[in-house]
Amino acid sequence: MTGFEPQIVAFCCNWCSYAGADLAGVSRFQYPPTARIIRIMCSGRLEPQFVLKAFELGADGVLVAGCHLGECHYISGNERAKERVARTKELLDVLGVDSRRLRLEWISASEGIKFAKTMDEFTKQLIEMGPSPLKGEA
Amino acid sequence: MSRIKEIIEETGAFDCVECGKCTSLCPVAKRNKDFAPRLIVVKAQEGMEEEIKSDKDIWSCITCEICNDMCPYEVDFSGFIQRMRGEAKDSGNLPSCSQAGAVHTMERMTGMGQKQKRLAWLTDDLKVKDKGDVFYFTGCVYQLGILYNDRAPELKQVPANVVRILNAAGIEPVVSDKEVCCGHDLLWSGDEESFEKLMEQNIKVIKETGAKTVVFACAEGYRTFDMDYKDFFGDLGFEVKHISEYVLDLVNQGKLQLSAEGSKVTYHDSCRLGRHMGVYEEPRDLIKATGANLVEMSSNKEKAICCGVNAFVSCGEVSKRMQLDRLLEAKETGAEAMLTFCPKCLIHYNCLLSSDKKPPELDGLNLKVRDGSNFVAERLKGGGKSS
Repeated sequence: MTGFEPQIVAFCCNWCSYAGADLAGVSRFQYPPTARIIRIMCSGRLEPQFVLKAFELGADGVLVAGCHLGECHYISGNERAKERVARTKELLDVLGVDSRRLRLEWISASEGIKFAKTMDEFTKQLIEMGPSPLKGEA
Repeated sequence: MSRIKEIIEETGAFDCVECGKCTSLCPVAKRNKDFAPRLIVVKAQEGMEEEIKSDKDIWSCITCEICNDMCPYEVDFSGFIQRMRGEAKDSGNLPSCSQAGAVHTMERMTGMGQKQKRLAWLTDDLKVKDKGDVFYFTGCVYQLGILYNDRAPELKQVPANVVRILNAAGIEPVVSDKEVCCGHDLLWSGDEESFEKLMEQNIKVIKETGAKTVVFACAEGYRTFDMDYKDFFGDLGFEVKHISEYVLDLVNQGKLQLSAEGSKVTYHDSCRLGRHMGVYEEPRDLIKATGANLVEMSSNKEKAICCGVNAFVSCGEVSKRMQLDRLLEAKETGAEAMLTFCPKCLIHYNCLLSSDKKPPELDGLNLKVRDGSNFVAERLKGGGKSS
């Protein structure tokens, strides 16, 4: 498994986590360049389909990041995200995609360091797990 | 000649005499003035291929087959729509799918070669085999139960309950986690390529188990195997049975005892089981065999109102109105529950019932829309247990 670089799709909410990712960059924290960040207005915008589609197209991991609970800019969007991610994880397991490949984190705009650390940990975890089983023969 | 000519030939659309019976009965045309089955067929006859392909309303049809059923010249209108959808999709006219297409993606994902944990519902008390005569095709009902946990959580109980029913009659069915989705929703949303891929895998998996009979608790899977798979393969080499037919036989042979309990229920004919497959009596007889008092809604059997959505495509105002009409009919009967054997019907009706924007007409309605297999399993004598 040498040289395997996981591909992560990261859905970050506009108000906290995307700003957190931005802060990580501005502060020049080092983290592996494995994520393709997609900004969504709120983690509650995330639909199970976003995650499923990412895996169908060959992602090795999906990160969903939003404001801390109680700090959602739309009051309860992240509560919704939490419920949807739990449901999607259950579905992924049944589909034969290890649900640890989907990760939910709460990252505020001031937590650049947490964003970098999350990416680091998640990348290491995915390298250990190997490529997504949906990549098939490739 | 062109592909559209071929489709017209094969679906009998040339036979249309423009009598308009289809449009006058179509539940979509009644509410969407831009949609008319007759008009689409006439356009096809006139060779207006581009216009049909680019018409957004090719996705408005709910393929409920009221038109097919009533057409005096037996034009296969839903077949025509189904095949034109493939053409429409290829030319960039895409459907608007519920939940952004999660169900379609999920169905495609089952067939990507990974090892699924499809039998997550299988508990120790259930007796199943790897090889044998009777194969229970679970389909995607458990997955749908997860995805629509907020609306139809009871779908997660269906596979275990079906096995419980079969076990109670002394049958140990074959179940397999190598099975993939039947591909129904992909076929009806214009993705024939993925459909064929799934179909080939399913046939292979079932043949490997040596099954002679395949049982379905889902109306769509049953239709897809019996009609669409047979269209491709001819004889499948095994018999295809719906759970209501299969279990009713067991009851009639005295192999299965159901407890007599007099709850008042009504039965909803899903389009796939009813108009598509012509199975009307067996589900009713089976429900009656549980001792339930079965009351009919005003439109039933061939004339049953559809749940308003097919293959999770184009759910909108028209769909909601149809669901409302049906639920009002059920309300009229005074039944405690409306039973159906289609997981999709269950999801769609419960979607309206659990909605924040539930129409005021349904206020105070104490009706549950329930799955028929779960209902029967809860009334097993002895061996069975509820959920």
